[in-house]
Amino acid sequence: MKEVKCECGHINPVGTVICEACGRVIGDGDGSEKLLDMRYEASPRRSQHYNKTIVDKIWNFFSSVKVGVWLIVITLVASAVGTIFPQEMYIPPTIPADQYYKQEYGTLGQLYYQLGFDNLYSSWWYMILIASIGISLVICSLDRVIPLYKALKNQRTAPREGFLEKQRLFGITEDSADGVDIPSIKQNLASKRYSIKEENGSILAEKNRFSRWGPYVNHIGLIIFLFGALLRFVPGMYVDETLWVREGETKEVPGTDGKLYLKNEKFIRQLYNKSKDDQVFQDALKKNPAVIKNFQTNAVLYEKKGDTLPGEQPELKKVETDKIQVNRPLKYKHFAFYQSDYKLDEMNKMKFRLIDKKTQTSFGGLTIDLYDPKKDYNLGKGYRVELLNYFPDFEFDENSEPVTKSRIPNNPAFVFNMVTPDRPKGEASFVAIRQTIEPEGNNKYKMAFNGIETQNVTGLTVRKDMTLWFLAIGGAIFMIGVVQGAYWNHRRIWIQRKKGQVWIAAHTNKNWYGMKREIHSILTGTALQEPKDQLDEKS
Amino acid sequence: MVQISSNLLYIAFILYLIATFFFAGSIKIHSDKAAKKTNRWSLIGILITIIGFVSQVGYFITRWIAGGHAPVSNLFEFTTFFGMMLVAAFIIIYFIYKTPVLGVFTLPVALLVIAYASMFPKEITPLIPALQSDWLHIHVTTAAAGEAILSISFAAGLIYLIKHVDQTRRSQRTFWLELTLFGLIATLGFIAVSSAFSSAGYETKFSWVDKRGSDAETVYHMPALVGPHKYEMKTKGNMAPLAEMPAMVNAEKLNTVIWSLFGGIIIYLIIRLVSRRRVAALLQPLVRRIDLNLVDEIGYRSVLIGFPIFTLGALIFAMIWAQMAWTRFWGWDPKEVWALVTFLFYAVFLHLRLSKGWHGEKSAWLAVIGFVIIMFNLIAVNLVIAGLHSYA
Ligand code: HEM
Repeated sequence: MKEVKCECGHINPVGTVICEACGRVIGDGDGSEKLLDMRYEASPRRSQHYNKTIVDKIWNFFSSVKVGVWLIVITLVASAVGTIFPQEMYIPPTIPADQYYKQEYGTLGQLYYQLGFDNLYSSWWYMILIASIGISLVICSLDRVIPLYKALKNQRTAPREGFLEKQRLFGITEDSADGVDIPSIKQNLASKRYSIKEENGSILAEKNRFSRWGPYVNHIGLIIFLFGALLRFVPGMYVDETLWVREGETKEVPGTDGKLYLKNEKFIRQLYNKSKDDQVFQDALKKNPAVIKNFQTNAVLYEKKGDTLPGEQPELKKVETDKIQVNRPLKYKHFAFYQSDYKLDEMNKMKFRLIDKKTQTSFGGLTIDLYDPKKDYNLGKGYRVELLNYFPDFEFDENSEPVTKSRIPNNPAFVFNMVTPDRPKGEASFVAIRQTIEPEGNNKYKMAFNGIETQNVTGLTVRKDMTLWFLAIGGAIFMIGVVQGAYWNHRRIWIQRKKGQVWIAAHTNKNWYGMKREIHSILTGTALQEPKDQLDEKS
Repeated sequence: MVQISSNLLYIAFILYLIATFFFAGSIKIHSDKAAKKTNRWSLIGILITIIGFVSQVGYFITRWIAGGHAPVSNLFEFTTFFGMMLVAAFIIIYFIYKTPVLGVFTLPVALLVIAYASMFPKEITPLIPALQSDWLHIHVTTAAAGEAILSISFAAGLIYLIKHVDQTRRSQRTFWLELTLFGLIATLGFIAVSSAFSSAGYETKFSWVDKRGSDAETVYHMPALVGPHKYEMKTKGNMAPLAEMPAMVNAEKLNTVIWSLFGGIIIYLIIRLVSRRRVAALLQPLVRRIDLNLVDEIGYRSVLIGFPIFTLGALIFAMIWAQMAWTRFWGWDPKEVWALVTFLFYAVFLHLRLSKGWHGEKSAWLAVIGFVIIMFNLIAVNLVIAGLHSYA
């Protein structure tokens, strides 16, 4: 660590370009550079003067813009790679992922899967990238904002030798007989909303300093946003459940600890209709006739009153009635219910008749609720049907035993025992769709299929997201910061009288063309010549 | 109403074309040192541009009234809107910086974009439930506006490079610059070839076997150079494919790409043969008098102005809408990811510029890459990577 000693005697930290005490240009170079690096008002940053301990090293690593930019670039490229093939969450659930990628996309797809790109955005290394950007944001901002603040606060109205002529915009005017009309320049500056400071005839006019804080404000916004995204992993902050409710059914809402119940009164699916809907859609509907117009669940939301013991019927209070549509969720307290899926005409009830195989006479019918079948159906006059076994989603397993794939009645199958006056022990029968198996092989009676009842089922997403507030606030702060830094520029103009000359220099952090035009309009009509762009001369 | 609407779009297109020539003309005269005339030519140019823009706004409004929803809901509508925003951004920047050269480069890009848009089906489509949201329209329009303003930096970057890159020597830079220009020419190739075949009503039906082994059908609107997997031609008398593709490849799209490149290469070769110069060298006289520092600043400013608008539209409004329509504000859908990629890219641009001093040529190349990313998100993600966003 090597301090820089200025002519005035003040010892400045390493990296100082302008003496903290007197404002003389010192710099680590020999002073021969033509223009001053004004980025942080040429003031030192922590990362420049400590480089000893591990902490310093880490600090310096994350505060470097070079590192920050690399982190962003790597994240950017990785994110893009993640879109080459679909992410695992978007592949059809029917095929296992390890087969899917190979089957759909060949060897490349397999490689993609094996490298873990199928779950890229939740992979540990992607998380580390995002986290590093977050850390970098915090450190780089802390590293810079305080020195910048100090420098801007303590800047000199009359900078010393060497400062003005090293600005990009600089000019000298001979102060001739008619004289440079400083008061009217000052007036012009004021009318352009410059705030003016004076010291022994030296002028510093400055405006929009606040725009310098833009990047720091937007970085704070980003940090809050990232923090909000992290909060999702805190229990209780985030609920994401799916709720399937049949028409007419009332169900407990998952994720609410049994507090909320939802009833589906009706599910509606509407298509655009060629003859009824707007004429202008004619052509489009001719090409593609089945375009959905609306998904809707007419829902009633109940809240449970008091506590109930398990198994006890809860006492429900109606709290909300709403038509839930896509883009129009039902909201209650912190929960929102979104229309996200549906099934039309799902089998709900199945009807049978008990008949004599030979004579086809019927001894009565029964209706089985496929979601809640009874054990025993009494048909009267000594005729009775027992339900011995029920497979809602039936298939044969590898041992040719009947099993059920799920609890959804996609392919119901039953084992009945038909008890009749003449067969008091009953006859067993295995009945599936379009299939009847008789274990004994010589039954007298039969369960004859007599129709089904179907029902629409709505699929709702139940969501509670307490992190949204953080995200919204973070996003808003980010936007304010970006706009602040992008739509305003920090501009400064120095004017000094020196031995029969008037010197002018100007600096802006961006948008030099606009600065020059502004100086032009400020100086017209005064004898002061416009400063020259020293960058132009170089090129 | 629909007819009026499409006529207005057509008028706008023609006017932009005329305006381009006026802007080009203003530069020619400039070298004759007739400064007044210069002003008049570019004044007429900007006037025609504004009339064209008003006409296109008329297209937008009439189509909105006819369809009952803002016309930004399918690829044709969205791409056209993007072209309109491009012109709007140009008009604004023109009044700040008064540089007719910018018109010579921006308007042709806008023309290409609009012509490209009209290659997609133009019917007014009814909105599916997820798209029935005001937030969707707010999101799409702001995003397109942001992308358009960012694209101005591409035009500025192109001007910078055409002037700055030394054309007397062949180098990597001349190669990449030619490639960029070829990209624009290939778009022209695509438009030329596909409008030629579609006005001829060309169609070949194929049946083929897809990767799951089931039978599928597809229709080509251009003569088949490559045929689908195990194809069988259903339309007799048309050209038979020269090669067969594996099932993994979408042969119809590949065929279109080959034809477009083909068209582009032919146009490019004709230009080269006639002029005996690189295209960039050919364009150089147009930019001879431009101040490099000024175009550099135009490029930077359009990124500065565009970046917040893009962020607001393509990320923040998009998240609000996604939260309502799909129950989550972010789902790593390809279109979302590419919006993030665009955002990160321009963040990098700004950092390199502010903190690493990447001005001038470096900044111009970055602007070109940025535009490629925007175009990729606009077009390729919809056509190649199908996600939730792929319209219909
Ligand atoms: C995705 C993440 C980031 C975004 C969106 C972002 C955004 C921005 C923006 C918009 C600016 C203003 C640029 C201008 O006005 O031209 C800026 C400035 C800056 N950013 Fe970031 N940034 C990000 C990450 C980072 C990281 C990781 C670092 C750490 C090295 C960093 C360091 C800086 C610095 C040093 C400035 C300049 C401040 C000044 O000169 O006053 N940024 N950032």
